[in-house]
Amino acid sequence: MKGTILSFEQVTFTYAPEDKSVKPAVSDLSFSIGEGEWVALVGHNGSGKSTIAKLMNGLLFPQQGTVKAMGLTMSEESLWDIRSQMGMVFQNPDNQFVGATVQDDVAFALENNGVPHEEMVVRVRESLQQVKMADYLDHEPHHLSGGQKQRVAIAGALALRPRLLILDEATSMLDPQGRREVIETIRELREATGLTVLSITHDLEEAALADRVLVMSAGHKQMEGTPDEVFSSGEELTEMGLDLPFAMRMAGLLKQAGVPMTGESMTEHELVEELWTYYSSK
Amino acid sequence: MDILLKQVGYSYAKDTPFEKRALTDVTLHIPSGSYTAIIGHTGSGKSTVLQHLNALLQPTEGSVLIGERKIEAGTKAKNLREVRKKVGIVFQFPEQQLFDETVLKDIMFGPLNFGVPEEEARRRAIALVEQLGLPEDVLEKSPFDLSGGQMRRVAIAGVLAMEPDVLVLDEPTAGLDPRGRREIMDLFYRLHQEKGLTTVLVTHSMEDAARYADTVAIMHSGKCVATGDVREVFANEEQLGDYRLEPPRTVRMQREFEEKTGLTLDELALTEEALAQSIAQALKEGRELK
Amino acid sequence: MMEKMIFGRFIPGDSVVHRLDPRAKILFVFLFIAIVFIANNAITYAILLGFTLLSVFLSKIRLYFLINGLKPVFILMAFTFFLHLFFTEGGALLFSVGFVDVYEEGLRQGIFISIRFLVLVFMTSILTLTTSPISITDGIEVLLGPFKRVKLPVHELALMMSISLRFIPTLMDETGKILKAQMARGSDIGSGPIKERIKAVVPLLIPLFVSAFKRAEDLATAMEVRGYRGGEGRTRYRQLNWRIMDTLSLLLLVGFAGLLWYFRS
Repeated sequence: MKGTILSFEQVTFTYAPEDKSVKPAVSDLSFSIGEGEWVALVGHNGSGKSTIAKLMNGLLFPQQGTVKAMGLTMSEESLWDIRSQMGMVFQNPDNQFVGATVQDDVAFALENNGVPHEEMVVRVRESLQQVKMADYLDHEPHHLSGGQKQRVAIAGALALRPRLLILDEATSMLDPQGRREVIETIRELREATGLTVLSITHDLEEAALADRVLVMSAGHKQMEGTPDEVFSSGEELTEMGLDLPFAMRMAGLLKQAGVPMTGESMTEHELVEELWTYYSSK
Repeated sequence: MDILLKQVGYSYAKDTPFEKRALTDVTLHIPSGSYTAIIGHTGSGKSTVLQHLNALLQPTEGSVLIGERKIEAGTKAKNLREVRKKVGIVFQFPEQQLFDETVLKDIMFGPLNFGVPEEEARRRAIALVEQLGLPEDVLEKSPFDLSGGQMRRVAIAGVLAMEPDVLVLDEPTAGLDPRGRREIMDLFYRLHQEKGLTTVLVTHSMEDAARYADTVAIMHSGKCVATGDVREVFANEEQLGDYRLEPPRTVRMQREFEEKTGLTLDELALTEEALAQSIAQALKEGRELK
Repeated sequence: MMEKMIFGRFIPGDSVVHRLDPRAKILFVFLFIAIVFIANNAITYAILLGFTLLSVFLSKIRLYFLINGLKPVFILMAFTFFLHLFFTEGGALLFSVGFVDVYEEGLRQGIFISIRFLVLVFMTSILTLTTSPISITDGIEVLLGPFKRVKLPVHELALMMSISLRFIPTLMDETGKILKAQMARGSDIGSGPIKERIKAVVPLLIPLFVSAFKRAEDLATAMEVRGYRGGEGRTRYRQLNWRIMDTLSLLLLVGFAGLLWYFRS
C-alpha cells in the first residue's frame, strides 16, 4: 500500500465521559485509509458514523487512542494544517453553502487560506469544471437543485487540492437523480485524479462502488472488506438495519422460492446470466 | 372521498416580475379508496399538485373538487377547515413541524384544532405512539430530545391523529435508513387497507410506487402527462423514457430475464417477492417442458 | 401581497446602471438623498422628477413593475400628501370642505413633498433592483474600510450581512413550508380573534427557530472545516473595479446638483 492518509488507532469517544451508563459512541476503533483508496463507512442511523466524521476533522477529540491524518497526529496545533489538506461535504446541501453565488462559495476555502486572487480565479474555474458546474458561476444557491449544490460543495473542497475528500452522508437528502449526479461526479474524479475518498453513508449501492467497506454498528467496527466480501454476509447486514443491494436481495428471494443460487452475482446482469445458465442446464 | 382536479393551472407570484408557472391544465381524478402514486422529477409540479389536494394552494385556473367542496379559480375560498380535517398531509421532512413541549401535546395539536375533544385526542395519541413503534415514555418527552427517526414518527403520528379520510404523503421516508423506510411505508399501507383510506403518495421511488400504489400519475413540466393502472404505466417503458423516468428495478430485471431466457412471466411483477416467485415458477415450468 | 413587493429585491439585467460599480451606486444614492433637498420650487422639482425618470429608463426596469411593486409606499405617500394639503396654511384659500380649508401653500407643499418622497423611493429602489445584494455588501465593506482603524469589525459585519442575505430565501421557503404544514394540521394564522392569531404564531416560530439554530450550527461547522478563522490573513475573491463610467456617473450627479442650485429660488 502507498502512504497512509488517515488512520484511527484504538479510538474511543463518549459524549458523557462521567456517566458510565452511557455507552461510548465509538469504541476501540482502528482502521486506516491508504492513498488513492475509496473507502465506504456504512452503518444505520446512530451507529457512530457521524461521530467518526467529527473525530476526523478535529471537531471532537477522542478520550482514548489517536487520530492521525496526513502524517500528523490530530491536536489543537495540527488541526488547521490537517483541515487545509482535506475536503469535506456534509449532508444538508443548504447548510454548507456559504457564498452568495456558486463561484463565491467555491472560493470560500481559498480566501480563508490566503490564496492570491489570480490563483483563486484559476482554481475556481478548474474545480467547477471537474464537477461540471462551470456554467453556473453566478447562480444563487436557491436556484440550484440539491444535487447541484452538493456538486458545488465538492468543487469547494477540490479547490484547495486536498489529499482526502470526505463525504459525510452527502447523498442522503437528495432525490435519486441528485444522488446519481453526485456519485457519478465522484467516480469521474477518481478516474481522472485518483483522489482518496472516504464516503460515510447508509446507502449500500453507493458503498458497492468503493474499494473497501467498513461496517459500523453500535460504535463498533463489525465488518471490513471488499464490497463483495461484506455483501456476501447477507443476513447479518439486514440485522444491522442495512439493506442489501438489489441483486443480492433478489438472489436471496429466488433461493427462498426454490431456485438454486450461488450467491455470487453482484449485479442484476450477473443474476440474469446465472438464471439463464440454470435454465439452459439440464 | 373523491378528489378531482379539473384543468387546474397555477402560477406562483402571479402578476409580478417574479411570476412562475407551476401547473398547466392538470386534470387528475383520485377515486375514493384508491392508492395513487404521483411520480416525476423534482420541479415537475408534484408538490404543487399536492398542495391543491387540501386547498393550501388554490388554483389560478380551473377548479378542484374535494369531496363535496368545490374550489374554483378566481374566487376566494373561506372556511377550509372542514376540507383540511378530511385531507391530512405528511410533508417531506415532517419533523420540521414539531413545536410543542411534549410529544403528547404535539400529536394532539391537530385533532384539538379540528375540535376533537381532549380525551379523545389523548386516546388517539397514545394509540398512535404504540402503533408507530415508539416507546411509551416518549409521550412526556420533548420532541426535540428524540432521535431523527423518532421525530419523524412523532410528526407522522401528528397527522394520523387527525384521522383524515385522505392521506397525502410527500416523500415521507426521505433521509431515513432502509429499515426505517420499509417500516413506515408498510405502516401507511396497513392503514390504507384497514381504514379504507384514500392514499396519495408523491415519490421519486418507482419501487415504492410499484409496490404500494394501484394507480400512477406522471407529472412532467407542470402537466399531468399520464395516469393509469400501475401495471399499465410501468409496462410502458417508452412513455416513461419520454419523461426521463426509469421503470422500477423489478420491471427492468423482468424484462432482462424475459429477453435472455425467452420465457414470459404471467404479468408485470410489482414487488421483489412477486418477481422471485414468478421467475421460480417460469423456470420450473420451462425446465419441465424441455 | 408580500410577493408583489419589489422593495429591496434584485432583478438581474445588463443595463448601464446594472454595470456600474456598487461603490459608485451607493455613493450616488447617498449624495442624491442630500441633493434632493436643494429643490424648492416648481422648476427644480420638475428637474428632479425628470432626472429620476431618466435613471429608471437607463436601468431598463419597467415603470409598470416599479409602480405596481411599490404600491404600499404610494399609500404612505398619499397620506403625507393629504396631511400637507389639509394642515398647511398660507397663500390664497383655494376651497373648503366642511371645516377643512385648503390653501395654495398646502397644495404646493403636498405636491413637493410627494415628489421628494417619490424620487427617493425610486432612486433607492433602482439601487437595490440593479445591484445584487452581495455587490452591495462588497461595496459597503470597501467604503467602510477606513473605519477598520477605529476597530470597527468591518469584515465580520460584511460577512454577517452576506450570510444573512444568502439565507433569506432559504428561510422564507422554510417559513412557507412550516406555515403550510401547520395549516394542514388545522392551525389558522389568517383569521379569528387576535388572541387566537397570536397563539397560532407559536407553532410557526418555534420550528423556525429550531431550524435556524440547526442551520447556524451546521454552517459554523462547514465554515470551520473549510478553514475559516476570521478576517486575518484572508484574501478576497470578489474584486471591484472602478471604471470611467463610474466616475462619470458621479460627475453627472455633481452637474445635476449645480443645475438644481442654479434654478432654485
